[in-house]
Amino acid sequence: MAIEKMSIAKALNESLRKAMETDPKVLIMGEDVGKLGGVFRITDGLQKDFGEERVIDTPLAESGIVGTAIGLALRGYRPVVEIQFDGFVFPAYDQIVTQLAKMHARSLGTIKLPVVIRIPYAGGIGAVEHHSESPETLFAHVPGLKVVSPSNASDAYWMLQQAILSDDPVIFFEPKRRYWDKGEVDVDAIPGELHKARVTRSGTDLTLAAYGPMVKVCMEAAAAAAEEGKSVEVVDLRSMSPVDFDGLQASVERTRRLVVVHEAPVFLGVGAEIAARITERCFYHLEAPVLRVGGFHAPYPPARLEDEYLPGLDRVLDAVDRSLAY
Amino acid sequence: MTVESTAARKPRRSSGTKRAAGAASARKTAAATAQPHDAEPQLVQLLTPEGERVDAGDHPDVAEFAPFVADITTEDLRGLYRDMVLTRRFDGEATALQRQGELGLWASLLGQEAAQIGSGRALRDDDYVFPTYREHGVAWCRGVDPTNLLGMFRGVNHGGWDPNTNNFHLYTIVIGSQTLHATGYAMGVAKDGADSAVIAYFGDGASSQGDVMEAFNFSAVYNSPVVFFCQNNQWAISEPTERQMRVPLYQRAQGFGFPGIRVDGNDVLACLAVTRWALERARRGEGPTLVEAFTYRMGAHTTSDDPTKYRRDEETAAWESKDPILRLKAHLLASGGADEAFFAELEAESETLGKHVREVVRSMPDPDTMAIFENVYADGHALVDEERAQFAAYLASFEGGE
Ligand SMILES: Cc1ncc(C[n+]2csc(CCOP(=O)(O)OP(=O)(O)O)c2C)c(N)n1
Repeated sequence: MAIEKMSIAKALNESLRKAMETDPKVLIMGEDVGKLGGVFRITDGLQKDFGEERVIDTPLAESGIVGTAIGLALRGYRPVVEIQFDGFVFPAYDQIVTQLAKMHARSLGTIKLPVVIRIPYAGGIGAVEHHSESPETLFAHVPGLKVVSPSNASDAYWMLQQAILSDDPVIFFEPKRRYWDKGEVDVDAIPGELHKARVTRSGTDLTLAAYGPMVKVCMEAAAAAAEEGKSVEVVDLRSMSPVDFDGLQASVERTRRLVVVHEAPVFLGVGAEIAARITERCFYHLEAPVLRVGGFHAPYPPARLEDEYLPGLDRVLDAVDRSLAY
Repeated sequence: MTVESTAARKPRRSSGTKRAAGAASARKTAAATAQPHDAEPQLVQLLTPEGERVDAGDHPDVAEFAPFVADITTEDLRGLYRDMVLTRRFDGEATALQRQGELGLWASLLGQEAAQIGSGRALRDDDYVFPTYREHGVAWCRGVDPTNLLGMFRGVNHGGWDPNTNNFHLYTIVIGSQTLHATGYAMGVAKDGADSAVIAYFGDGASSQGDVMEAFNFSAVYNSPVVFFCQNNQWAISEPTERQMRVPLYQRAQGFGFPGIRVDGNDVLACLAVTRWALERARRGEGPTLVEAFTYRMGAHTTSDDPTKYRRDEETAAWESKDPILRLKAHLLASGGADEAFFAELEAESETLGKHVREVVRSMPDPDTMAIFENVYADGHALVDEERAQFAAYLASFEGGE
C-alpha cells in the first residue's frame, strides 16, 4: 500500500499523469492547459513532461475543442478535454449533445467515443457570473453520456483514470471549491466501480445523499445531528448517470428516510429523479417523503449572496428535522 | 525612426492585400512553427511612440485617415490625454481594491487605454456599444459612472447599470457572445432606417469562437451597420495569438466580404481616426468593418492570473516603450500643447477620482438576501414565488427562535 496525502487538485494532476504514462493515446486538450497548467493548475507540468503533441493548448473555442476531440477519438485517441469553467461549456453543448452522446448508437455500436470532458463546477469561491454553476442535470438527462463527480482526493485520483478508461463519453464534474481539500490516496489500491455509490458515514435514522461539493456539507451536517442524538447516514452518490439506485435503496431501507442535497436548482434536478425512483422502490419502507435541498429557480446570484444561496449546514439540518418530524 | 513609424507608411487593409498565410506543411499538430504575426506589424499610425505626428504627406494611406482627425484641436488632445490618465487611474485603483479584498476579481485594461479612448471618443451618443468585461475606458467615454462597473467584480450584482441610459450594454463574460448581439442590434438599426452605428468589442482570443465568425457572416450578409473592434492585446490568458490564428486578424474580414484594418492600438489618434472612418461607412450603409487594434495587455489577464508562468519580461518591457499615455504626453510637451500646470492639475483630479472610487466601493452594501429571487422573470413565475416564500419563512425561523 502506498498511501499519499494530497489535495483533490493534486490527485487529479497525478491521475492525468498516470493515465498518460499508461496509454500513449491519451491526450489533454483545452484552453491554457499547457504552460499555465490550466487556470486551476490541474494540468500543471504535464506539457513539460509529455510535450505539446499530447498536452494541447487549443484556440478559445469550446465547440471546436469538443468537436475536434470527437474526431481524434474517431481516429483512436482518448482525449481528455478541459472546459475552463462550468458556464463556458455551453458553446460546446451542441457537439456534446447532438454528436458525442449519439454516435455510438447511430453506428450500431461500432463507434466508441472515449472522450472525457472535465468541468470545474459549482460555487463557493466568490467568482463572477458563469463561474459557479451546476449544470450536471443538463448532461445527466442526455442518453449516451455518463456523468460523475468525485468528492475527495482518492475518488479524484481513481475516478478520473476510470473515466479515461471508459469507452463511453464521460462528463467529469470537479467540485472546484474542494480542489484544495486534502485526503489520503492509495495509489496501489484496487478502486471501486466508477458508478457505485459509497456510504461515507453510517447511521440509522435518515440518509443524506449527495455528490461532489455537497458531500462535505452533508458529513458536517451528520456530525452536527449526532450531537443532537440523531444518527444520520451519508451516501456519496459519485455518479449522476447512471445513479446507483441499488446502493441508495439499501441505505434507505435501513434508515427509512432520505434527503437529497445538491447545489443545482431543485426543480427537475438530479434530486427529483432520485426522489421519484426511491419513492417507487422504497414506498413501504419510507417514513417520510423524500426531501430535496438545493439551488433555487433563479440564476446563480452574485458572489456576495452565494452563502445564502448555497445549501449549507443549516439548510441541510432543517431538512433532516422536517423529515424526522413526519 | 522606429519600426512603428516606418510601418505607419504602409497601413494594411485586407481588401487589396494579398499575402500568403505562411506555409503550414510541417506535420506538426500541436506545435505551430510559422510566425504569421509580423514581428514588425504594419499598422495605421498617426503618432509615433516618441510622440511625433506622422506626416500625412508621407503616404497615401496615412493621408486617407489623417482627415478623420483633422478637426482635433490641441484642447481635444488634452481631453484624450485626460481620458486615458483618469481611466488608468480608475483601473489601478480597482486593482488595488482587489488586492485589499474589496473586489473579488478585476480585469485590468492597463496598456489598452488608447484603443478604448480612441474608439470610444469616435462614437456618437446614439451609437450603441457591446463590450466584453474589460472596456472600462469605453464605459468612461459613454458616461457610465465608473463605480457602477465595480459591482459585478465586487459580487453585489451581475451588471450594475441600465444599458439604455448610455447605450452601453452590460459587460459580457462568455467570450464572443456579444458580437452576435451587436450584429442583431445593428440589423434592427438598419431596419429602423436610423443612421446610428453599433460597435462590438472583443479580444484576439475571442476571434476563435464560432459566435464571432457567425457575427461576421450575418453582418456581411445583412450589410449591418456594425464595427467589430478587436483589441489584439497579444494574449488570451496564457495563450499567445499564434495559438488562436495563422492569418493576421484584420485579414479575416476579407473572407467575409468587408474591410479589415489594423491600427496601432497604442496610438489614440489613429484609433480615433480609423474608428470614425469605420463608423461613417456603417452610417452610409456600407456595412461592417473589422478594426484590429494592435496593442498589449501590460498587466495580468485578471487579478487571478499569474503571467510569469507564460510570459517573458523582455516582451513586457518592449511594449512599455510604446505606452499610449507617455506617447501623447511626449507629443503634448514637445508641441507646447500642455504645460506642467495641466499635468499637475490632472494629477490632482486623478487623486480625487481614486479617493472617490475607494470610498464608494468600500461603502457599497451587500444586496438583500431576497434579491436572489428578484427579476428572474418579467411576468412573475409561480415556482419562484413559492421558493421565495419558503425561503423567507426559513430565514424567519432563525430570527424568531434562537
Ligand atoms: C466561452 C468562454 N470560454 C472561456 C472563458 C474563460 N476566459 C475568460 S477570458 C479568456 C481569454 C480571453 O482572451 P481575449 O478574447 O483575447 O480577450 P482579453 O481578455 O485578452 O481581452 C478566457 C479563456 C470565457 N470567459 N468564455
